Parts: sequence; structure tokens; C-alpha cells
Amino acid sequence: MSGRQRARALIAEDEPLLAAVLDRELSRLWPELEIVGTVRDGSSAVTQALALRPDIVFLDIQMPGQNGIDAAEALCEDYPDDASLPLIVFVTAYDHYAVRAFEHSAIDYVLKPVQAERLAKTCTRLQAALRTRNDGAAAAAGQLESALSQLRGLIETRGAGAAPSAPPAPPAPPAPLRIIQASIGSTIHLVPVDDILFFEAEDKYIRVVTAARDYLIRQSLRQLLAQLDGQRFWQVHRGTIVNVDEIATAIRDDSGKVHLQLRGRAGTVTVSRLYAQRFKPM
Amino acid sequence: MTSMTRSEAGTPPPPWHIALAKRGLRSVAISVLFGVVLAAVRQQNLWITLIYTVTISIICWFCIDLGRLGVARIRQPPVVGAGADGKRDWPGWPWMVVIILLGSTVGFSLGTAVGDWVTGLQSSNLYNQGNLRDALSLLLFALLPAVALTYFFYSRSVIADREASAQAARGQAAESRLKLLESQLEPHMLFNTLANLRALIGLDPPRAEAMLDQLIAYLRATLSASRLARQPLRAEFARLADYLALIQVRMADRVEPRFELPPELSEIDVPPLLLQPLVENAVKHGLEPSVRGGRIRISAAREGDDLLLSVRDTGVGLDAGRAERDTTAGAGFGLAQVRERLATLYGARASLRLESAVDADGGTLAVIRLPVGGPGA
Repeated sequence: MSGRQRARALIAEDEPLLAAVLDRELSRLWPELEIVGTVRDGSSAVTQALALRPDIVFLDIQMPGQNGIDAAEALCEDYPDDASLPLIVFVTAYDHYAVRAFEHSAIDYVLKPVQAERLAKTCTRLQAALRTRNDGAAAAAGQLESALSQLRGLIETRGAGAAPSAPPAPPAPPAPLRIIQASIGSTIHLVPVDDILFFEAEDKYIRVVTAARDYLIRQSLRQLLAQLDGQRFWQVHRGTIVNVDEIATAIRDDSGKVHLQLRGRAGTVTVSRLYAQRFKPM
Repeated sequence: MTSMTRSEAGTPPPPWHIALAKRGLRSVAISVLFGVVLAAVRQQNLWITLIYTVTISIICWFCIDLGRLGVARIRQPPVVGAGADGKRDWPGWPWMVVIILLGSTVGFSLGTAVGDWVTGLQSSNLYNQGNLRDALSLLLFALLPAVALTYFFYSRSVIADREASAQAARGQAAESRLKLLESQLEPHMLFNTLANLRALIGLDPPRAEAMLDQLIAYLRATLSASRLARQPLRAEFARLADYLALIQVRMADRVEPRFELPPELSEIDVPPLLLQPLVENAVKHGLEPSVRGGRIRISAAREGDDLLLSVRDTGVGLDAGRAERDTTAGAGFGLAQVRERLATLYGARASLRLESAVDADGGTLAVIRLPVGGPGA
């Protein structure tokens, strides 16, 4: 079989039976594909993918802990620069538009229960994508860029895409947040957003960084992002939101990452691959 | 002779003038029939008899019908948007007797006069003392069919009304049952279960068979429970055991169900499917989002005259689940449905409490409290 090639794949699926079926179908359709591991949650998918460096990751969208789209985002941001990002195939039980939009594209998806015919098409596409990757750096870079832009689109519609039957999004707050209320001990500090250089997610908290000092607030970055003025506050990493007014320079390195030098503070803020395209000369 | 039709149930009522014309035509038809019979019985000229019966009955009908509508509307002014409800056009029997008597008298006198004018004859009339007997017998002929027909049309519309309200009640019952079923047989649960069943068919046919049996038992129990007003607690527990067995196939070791039903409580009747939404929530918002999964304990206990039904999970807990709940449809819908059912059945004597579990295992605790004796006790 000329089209087939050796490759390594990781399966992330929380329901063991469905993982077993995917494994079995893949070995039937693509015997040269080695399943290097099977994990049952999103965080393990990221750590295992980073450790095993598979060519392909099958990611279930509905997983405990960290869902498939979050895992793809984390994988994309944390993957070492010298290795090529694995091809991602989303697996979902819900025929949702956000995923359906990725038919015929670099990021693929299969519906559960997995149908052999559909999976065969996916395998063919994956084999072609792997060949393209070997064609040279330019082709590989193009492939990566198209995968990234699709992932960006998916992340933007994540709210609606991840939940199987999400209600319409709540109406946007009438005005963006002007003051952040952060407590230190029994004192509540009112921090004007103008003073804030960036926000950084830290476990269940967000670190609010100003030129003078840091504060911690208990909120998720996603909730906070929805309340901020999108013109002034840009997400530059899954864990970082930056005040654009405070950025002095943006320096792109060889791997495609961008490092931001802030006006009010020494050190840099790193922009992940996913968001790097926001910084380009006009 | 009069006729009345009240709006037929189910179909939209025709405009009032069409309905009036229809009743008029029906009355003419009946009066022609009546005239033919009368002419045969009294061996009179058919045409002359027909002219009299038709003129008399049309005027009788017209007076009675207008009288009926007029009195009914004066007593009960039409309500906008109420439609042509039959009750609106019916003033009640005491009024109808007066209307029929008056209408028949007026109709008979006026109809006879018109008949005389058409035929050129001089009929006996009510005020002609010499022929009072004849006149009264004719009036009786006019009155009897009027009463009979009024009664006939009246019963017909009453039957139609009863049929319509019975149908509406059946429709409502079916709708509430459907809503209950819909909330119990969540499509995602079914899809997930079927996907796993499909997987098992290839991997482990005997286990697939066992799972299919569980699915059938669960579906059958859910369907039949949805038809009942109450069922013994043991039936509800058995059904939940089937449900969790299906969930266990999917989640494997990530869910560990436990049931605690004291034997003395197992025959107590409870509303069916009451615990289902709580168990579903515990799985969906407590255990599924947790990487390690956890236990789910369904238990019943008695406290005085109250029955306490608890669903406890050791999942991610209310706080962690809240973000998830906020973005997931149906969040709180199950709880609202349980609260609504409890309020309808027991009023203030039943309650649902949802709280974070206080012990070291964490997770969420939902407790339903309801009177042991049932709604009437």
C-alpha cells in the first residue's frame, strides 16, 4: 500500500469502550499506525502528547477536566518549537456546526459512534497531510498556519461549540469593566483598568499586574475577558490578557512566538503561536 | 320551529351571519318536511299547507333564534378573544321557555297573516273566537316542533361541548406526560448509550446483550412509570439502578453507584421519576466533569411523617460545577421541574434542597422531603 505510512497516534477519549473501538477500527484501516497511548481526560492528553510526541492526536471534545478544544489550545501553545505540532482530529458525539465547519480541512473531526467509512476518509486525509509535512519546511509551515487559524476559529466559538446544546449567549454587558475589585486581607482595592499591564491566569485565580504591585482575583480568565474592552485588552495566550496601551514593542522570534516588552515593567510577556498573528506591521 | 347550532368544537366557528343563514335553511327544510306530513295527516292542499308551515316556521325560528342570541348577549356580553363559545349564545332553559312561547306566538300570528296575504285566503287565527280550537291546535303544531328542535340542537351542542372538553383534558394529560418523558429520556443519554452499545457489539457481544437488556428494562420502566400517578419506592430505585448500570458501561470505574433503601420503606408510594433529574444532575454536573469520577449514593430514610430521598455524589461539587452549569442548557431545568412537581402535589409540605456536601468526600447533596402518606394525607 503506497499511501500508507508508519505513524504514531494518541487517543484521548473518556469513555473506554469508544476508545477501544476507535483503536480497533484504526488498526484495521491503517495497520501501520501505532497507537502509542490512550488517555481519558484533556490534561493527560496534553502531558502525554508532549511526552510521546505523536504524529496524530485523536481528541474527544467532551472530556472531564479539560475538554478537547482546551486541550488542543494548550497543546498548540506548549508544544516545543523544534517539533512539528501533531495533526489533530476531534472526536465528538454531537454533530455541531462549530466542528462540522472543519470538514475538508487540516483539522479533521469524526463523529461518534465512529463509522468505518468516515474514519477511512480521515485516515486518507491524515496520510496526505503527513506526506505534505515531509515535503519541506515551507509546506509544513503552511499546513501549521492553516491548522492554527482553524483552531483559532474553533476557540472563538468555543462557548457555543463545546456545549452540546448551549443556550444563546447571555447579552454582552452594557459597558466594559472600568474598575477591578481585588481584596488583600480585609481591604478591597479598586484598581482602574487603565493601570493594569496584564492579567495572568494562575490556577483558580487571576493575577492582576500593575506597574506598582500585583493583585489576585478569583475568576476565570474567560469570564474576565468577556467583561473587558476588546479593543484595549487582547488575549495573547490561553493564560494571558494584555493591555495593548502598555505594549512598547513586539519581537517575533524564529519559532513564530512573539515577545512583548511592556512600558511600565521590565521583562516580557510571551504571545503564543495561536495569537501571534495579531502582531504584524501595518 | 327553531334550530340552534352552537359552534362545533374543534373547527373555527363560521361568521355569525353564515351560521344564522345555515340555521335558517335547516329550519326551512324541516318546516317543508313538517308541512308535507301535516298536509297528509289533515288531508289538505299540499301547496297551501306548505306556504303556511314555511312562513310560520321561518318567522318562529327567526324570532326564537334572535331572542336567544339577544338575551344571551345581554346577560353575558361577548368576550373579545373568547371565540364563539357555545355557552355565550345560550341564555339558559328558563329564558328559552319564555323565548319559545313568545316566538311561537308571534311567529304563528305573523306567519298566518303572511300566509293569508300570499294565498288570499282568510285563515283562522288566535284572535278569531269561533275557531279558537282550530287555532290552538295549529299553535300546538307550531310549538311542539319548536320545543323539540330547540332541545335537539341544544343536546347536540352540549354533546359536542363535552366531547371538546374531554378531548382538551386528554390532550393536556398527554402533553404533560410527554414533557415528563422528554425530561427523563434525555437524547444525549440515549445517543451516548447507543454509541457504547454499538462499541460493545463488536468488542464483547455477551456484554452487549446484557447492556441491551438493561436499556430495554430502563426504557420500559420509564415509559410505564410515566403513565402512573404513583409507584412504590422500590420500583423507582430499580429503575435508577438500570439507569446507573447504563452510565457505568460508559464511564466504567469513574462512577460507583450505591443504593440504600430500608425494607420498611420499599413499598411507600412516591410520584414516579421524581429522583431521575437529581441522579442525572449528579452524573452530568458532578461526576462527568471530574477526572477521577466518584461515588453516587441514592438513599431513602424516614423522619417522623416525612420521607427523605437523597442523591449524593462525590463529584466536582456545586462551585466547580457552576461555571459548567452556567453554559449548559437544561441546567437547573431538572431541579425546577422537580420543585414544580412537588409544589403541585404537596404544596408547602414537600421541598427540595440542593447543597454542597459537608464531609471530606465533597461533592453535592440533593434531598427531597415529602409526606409519607401521599398528597391527600
